[in-house]
Amino acid sequence: MTVHLPPDVGSRTPPEARPERPVRRVVDRGMVVVGEILITAGVILGLFVVWQLFYTDVQSGRIQSAALDELEFPETARVEASDNASTDTGVETPEVVELIPEDAKVYSPEGAPVLGELAEATTFGALHVPRWGYDYVKPISEGTNRARVLDPLGIGHYSETVMPGAVGNFSVAGHRTTYGKPFTDIDQLQEGDALVVQTESAWYVYRVTDSEIVAPSYMAAIAPTPGEPGVAPTAASITLTTCHPRYSAAQRYIVYGELEYWAPTGQGYPSEIVEGA
Amino acid sequence: MYAWIWRHLPGPVWARATIAVLALAIVVLVLFEWVFPEVSALLPFQEQTVND
Repeated sequence: MTVHLPPDVGSRTPPEARPERPVRRVVDRGMVVVGEILITAGVILGLFVVWQLFYTDVQSGRIQSAALDELEFPETARVEASDNASTDTGVETPEVVELIPEDAKVYSPEGAPVLGELAEATTFGALHVPRWGYDYVKPISEGTNRARVLDPLGIGHYSETVMPGAVGNFSVAGHRTTYGKPFTDIDQLQEGDALVVQTESAWYVYRVTDSEIVAPSYMAAIAPTPGEPGVAPTAASITLTTCHPRYSAAQRYIVYGELEYWAPTGQGYPSEIVEGA
Repeated sequence: MYAWIWRHLPGPVWARATIAVLALAIVVLVLFEWVFPEVSALLPFQEQTVND
């Protein structure tokens, strides 16, 4: 839209200003465009922050509850039903739920059903963490790729580690902030807290044994024997990894646990995830 | 740039304003649903796995 004026249009102005005017107009318009581009870039960066901090929770929360629904574990459905009831009426755990009888619990990894290898991004289980609320239940999916698993689906299983219940170290990663932030309150976990993994065929109740803050390259955290790479495992362990500090990728927050017992599904809930039990 | 777009939108002021708001909403939607997720996966701010 730059209009180059013919030289005689500017004849009313002093002759020395004549050659400058068209150039100045071009520069002025150029500056306006540059300014608008910079303002636009600033607005887009601002929108990115809004998206990252708030909208990813909305997007991923939707995908993660859909993934939970698709699991169709009868127990998950009942837990959700009682949760809905409690939020609607304001009454805590209004439903009487059946607890797993003591003789159905196996206090050793022996005989535990262990899932085979799964395709990436397959949701195969749910994690219940009563320390984070009796309504805390999040899907666990295969793999730790960010774009395909951790961002949309939440908790991801390190494919190179064993499946829940097996002797070895069942290791999972999850976001501490944004994307539904499944591990946001990881620093609240204390020794002895229950980490309950549910699959289609079994409940696996792990107990927190330890936690530490490590460098991102500390692969020993997910070794078969946690902290001791190369040592053959003798116990069924669990490791949770997430970023530390919040909103940073400088370090990793690690929580370790060990299997206390497992039980087949269909006989009720582990008392650990039932409020007041 | 924006003045040029405004001049080239058809119709009276209210119609131009409506089109501008709609266009803005579409731009934000495209950014939120497709552009930002792609960009975010390339940024190193959000890592929660241990790796070499």
